[in-house]
Amino acid sequence: MKLSNKFRITVENRKKIGGYLFTLPFVLGFVFLFVYPFMQSVVFSFNRLVLDSNGYTLEFVGLSNYIYALMENTDFVETLTETLLNMLAELPVILGFSLFAAVILNQKFKGRTLARVIFFLPVIYGAGVVLKMEQNDYVTQLMRHSDNLFMFSGDALRSLLSSVRVVPDWMVNYVMDAVENIPTVIRSSGIQILVFLAGLQSISPEVYEAAKVEGATGWESFWLVTFPMISPLIITNTVYTIVDSLTSATNPLVDMIKNATISSRGYGASTAMSTIYFLVIAIILGIVFKLISKYIVYTD
Amino acid sequence: MEIAAKKENSKFVDFWKKIFNRSTVYSIFRAILLLGISYIILLPLLSKISGSFMSVRDLYDQTVKWIPRNFTLEHYDMVWRNMKYPVTFKNTFLLTLTVSVLQLASCTVIGYGLARFNFKGKNIIFALIILTLVVPPQMILTPMYLNFRFFDLFGLLPNGGLNLIGTYWPFILTSITGNGLKNGLFIYIMRQFFRGMPLELEEAAYIDGAGLLRTFLYVMLPGAVPALVIVFLFAFVWQWNDYIFITLFMGGSGMFLPQVLELLANNVIQEIVGRTDTAATKLEGDQFTSLINNTGMLLVIAPLLILYTFMQKYFIESVSRSGIVG
Repeated sequence: MKLSNKFRITVENRKKIGGYLFTLPFVLGFVFLFVYPFMQSVVFSFNRLVLDSNGYTLEFVGLSNYIYALMENTDFVETLTETLLNMLAELPVILGFSLFAAVILNQKFKGRTLARVIFFLPVIYGAGVVLKMEQNDYVTQLMRHSDNLFMFSGDALRSLLSSVRVVPDWMVNYVMDAVENIPTVIRSSGIQILVFLAGLQSISPEVYEAAKVEGATGWESFWLVTFPMISPLIITNTVYTIVDSLTSATNPLVDMIKNATISSRGYGASTAMSTIYFLVIAIILGIVFKLISKYIVYTD
Repeated sequence: MEIAAKKENSKFVDFWKKIFNRSTVYSIFRAILLLGISYIILLPLLSKISGSFMSVRDLYDQTVKWIPRNFTLEHYDMVWRNMKYPVTFKNTFLLTLTVSVLQLASCTVIGYGLARFNFKGKNIIFALIILTLVVPPQMILTPMYLNFRFFDLFGLLPNGGLNLIGTYWPFILTSITGNGLKNGLFIYIMRQFFRGMPLELEEAAYIDGAGLLRTFLYVMLPGAVPALVIVFLFAFVWQWNDYIFITLFMGGSGMFLPQVLELLANNVIQEIVGRTDTAATKLEGDQFTSLINNTGMLLVIAPLLILYTFMQKYFIESVSRSGIVG
């Protein structure tokens, strides 16, 4: 008895050391390759950076880079607002679609493997430079091959709906925009579908059987069993979608920050913009996290 | 007579009942939906493939939709030469393979450390990993460049530091420390996976006298193959398509596929315009630019599609077993 107790302690101690050793690479990299540039980026935003052959020198300019970004450069605030609004409009659509797709891909039917292969295809080719060029080009593609991809023309339906005046205009516009964005939504949902699908498969079939015995319909068991069980994944996917949308190379603001490095104010203005952007992203994630976590059910 | 009619009638009703059975209707609805979505996903790819074989004449002919009337390989030839495909492919492949193998190793080790060991500060480290995922890479691009241009580890290295720009070192250093592109996500996936593995397996190994490293390598790792496949595939794909960090760390030398792809249409058109002036106006059209870009894109993603086809079986299977659950 005593022996086994002693054995436990040594293993626990070794595991403690193991924990530090296994995560040490990350900590080192985090300090030298992440925190260091991150802090420097903040420092640069208060300075003017002058490059010379021996390195670089900093010239303290106070808040002027921030004033430039927020007041003088009118494009920045406008693009920032637009980017955030786009993201907020896209978010529920992407989450809804990916959950829906995951539920379907989790069902048993002929050709399921093929359907999964196709659904995850955008993860493979929709990244980086290809995605960027693709988005510029997608309209041309669509026009060439699918004159009747959508049964109704968006504009006609839009004016019809707004003339009926049953639903407010903004709602009509939101839904129609969502419909027109279907290709983009589908193509940026790959990872989210993957995450939801993995979650769905971790729910044990017994829970559904119990629900069925209790007389729940398919609809009820979705909202009362499936939804609460995978609700933690909604946070994962929300965070991923926000980060992915706000930091992707196709984001106009990201382009703008990149281009600001070659403007007259150089690195300083660019880093001021990205510091503001980072703070905005952090605040949004904080708010979203607070809002959603109220509705999350944790089982473990 | 009447009975027969009734029987016939009930057969008729049964038949239609079967057809309009809720589950049948649902299956049809689902099939249509899946086909529609697959169509939207495959459309750009198929359209690129069919377009890349069309001659310029077909391109402007509205009656030619999918099947090229004048089949040609000249675009591939042009793009292949212009991208210096064999060289750029080799460069990209070597870098991507190095980076993804290193990232796979580091993210697995870090994820395992977070999942199977209890130690003080574990949650803080995990929070920091999520932080690296949340900071836009663009924010730290410039300081990162300077950090590697004058690499001195807080003054630990003498003489103003080393110049690592133009070498593989920035990629290697960020990869072995799990600080590379989207590595936070990979660590997260590995952590979730290892968390779901049974404790008994690990304890049995310890009782048999295996150390931490032996247990990790020979007992736990073989069971983690599904998650390893996912992480490797993601790391490979993202590194392959990345052009921000490549341009930042390797300079604009244009030795990698994403870089040559970005400049491709310009270069090709310049080449053609420089040769024959008569064709210039006709060739500068959007359709032609798009055709050249698309052919280039196909050449860039072809290796990824081949890789995906080979790993697809493990990938799809592993989704069900990786348990990426938060």
